[in-house]
Amino acid sequence: MSNNNASSSLAVAYRAVKQLRLEASVRRIQVSQAATDLKNFCLQNAHKDPLLMGVPSGDNPFRPPKSCGLL
Amino acid sequence: MACQGLSKGETVSSLRAESENLKAKLEEERSKLHDVELHQVAEKVEALGQFVMKTRRTLKGHGNKVLCMDWCRDKRRIVSSSQDGKVIVWDAYTTNKEHAVTMPCTWVMACAYAPSGCAIACGGLDNKCSVYPLSLDKNENLSAKKKSVAMHTNYLSSCSFTNSDMQLLTSSGDGTCALWDVESGQLLQSFHGHSADVLSLNLAPSETGNTFVSGGCDKKANVWDMRSGQNIQSFETHESDINCVRYYPSGDAFATGSDDATCRLYDLRADREVAIYSKESIIFGASSVDFSLSGRLLFAGYNDYTINVWDVLKGTRVAILFGHENRVSTVRVSPDGTAFCSGSWDNTLRRWAGYSFRFVYCCIWTL
Repeated sequence: MSNNNASSSLAVAYRAVKQLRLEASVRRIQVSQAATDLKNFCLQNAHKDPLLMGVPSGDNPFRPPKSCGLL
Repeated sequence: MACQGLSKGETVSSLRAESENLKAKLEEERSKLHDVELHQVAEKVEALGQFVMKTRRTLKGHGNKVLCMDWCRDKRRIVSSSQDGKVIVWDAYTTNKEHAVTMPCTWVMACAYAPSGCAIACGGLDNKCSVYPLSLDKNENLSAKKKSVAMHTNYLSSCSFTNSDMQLLTSSGDGTCALWDVESGQLLQSFHGHSADVLSLNLAPSETGNTFVSGGCDKKANVWDMRSGQNIQSFETHESDINCVRYYPSGDAFATGSDDATCRLYDLRADREVAIYSKESIIFGASSVDFSLSGRLLFAGYNDYTINVWDVLKGTRVAILFGHENRVSTVRVSPDGTAFCSGSWDNTLRRWAGYSFRFVYCCIWTL
């Protein structure tokens, strides 16, 4: 019984170490570079973002169309 | 055997010591690259003006709390699921209900639209995820064609089709995520690593390959390789359950919403948290988050019934939206970014002709 517990704790501890070794080996870049890329993506795509810029009522299927005024 | 590869003399205590060392080293490596904050990089970016967003449509029909919703790729249909077991497919332009299914369980916590628009997936307390092909014939009983795909050993918290109708990704209260073949119901890959319920998952935008992120009650957000099942990155900075995870549109980062009343942004290439969206006045948990198309705005629904809109780059709040009368449980931006839909635990009682009706709303918002 105690043997089983011992080997499962060992397995759990080993898995944790293996996972951490993997995570430690990840290649990272500086936050300044990563943040600049995030910023540039936002700015480059801003004009296409309807919730940021709005679109003309005619193009927005959810906005009520302006009244026609034909009468 | 799990212990293959152990060096001679490794014991539980030596492994635990190495664990602690590795964690400290990880923190040190991440800190070395932490040379600036995101909002500092964004200092010169023009500030956003005042945001006025209005509810343009109200989808009324659920009898009890709306727990989840998803947009169809056609940008007009929506599937929503609720506590009373109902799953409804709506046309958001007209607010008409196109299909309705009654699940055999209550608390349908997860629902998703298939990429083709021809099927939906849903599940909850039944511990399963089932797929219903949508029929063009409105009178057809959808339950007749129901297919059980995923089987977990605890509740289903979230589901998503991958890039086709053929595979389904699920997360569960049993602490795992899993990838399933829809046709055969076969388990293709399982993802182990969370130490408590997994509450949310999100697939990376297709250009960036086969990964997804999950968040759960162990306060961790994990990034996974779908093919190998490997947990490739892990982030643990939240102080409570992570209720929702959502990728930034470029795929290089993801946002989280948590019971600790904050939303956070994690950059995958810097391998760390790069922004926190919080205010002292916000003390209720964030249940759901989603980005606008450019990633500049983060919409977050909270348990205090509000939706806060954050400037992702500057870290400031640009709007608070009031429109619900109970917790906001789900917030999703439409595929073309023109609107977002919010679902809530709203339980508005209306009386008519001697009967009492409870109406629960999904709201569609635009600028």
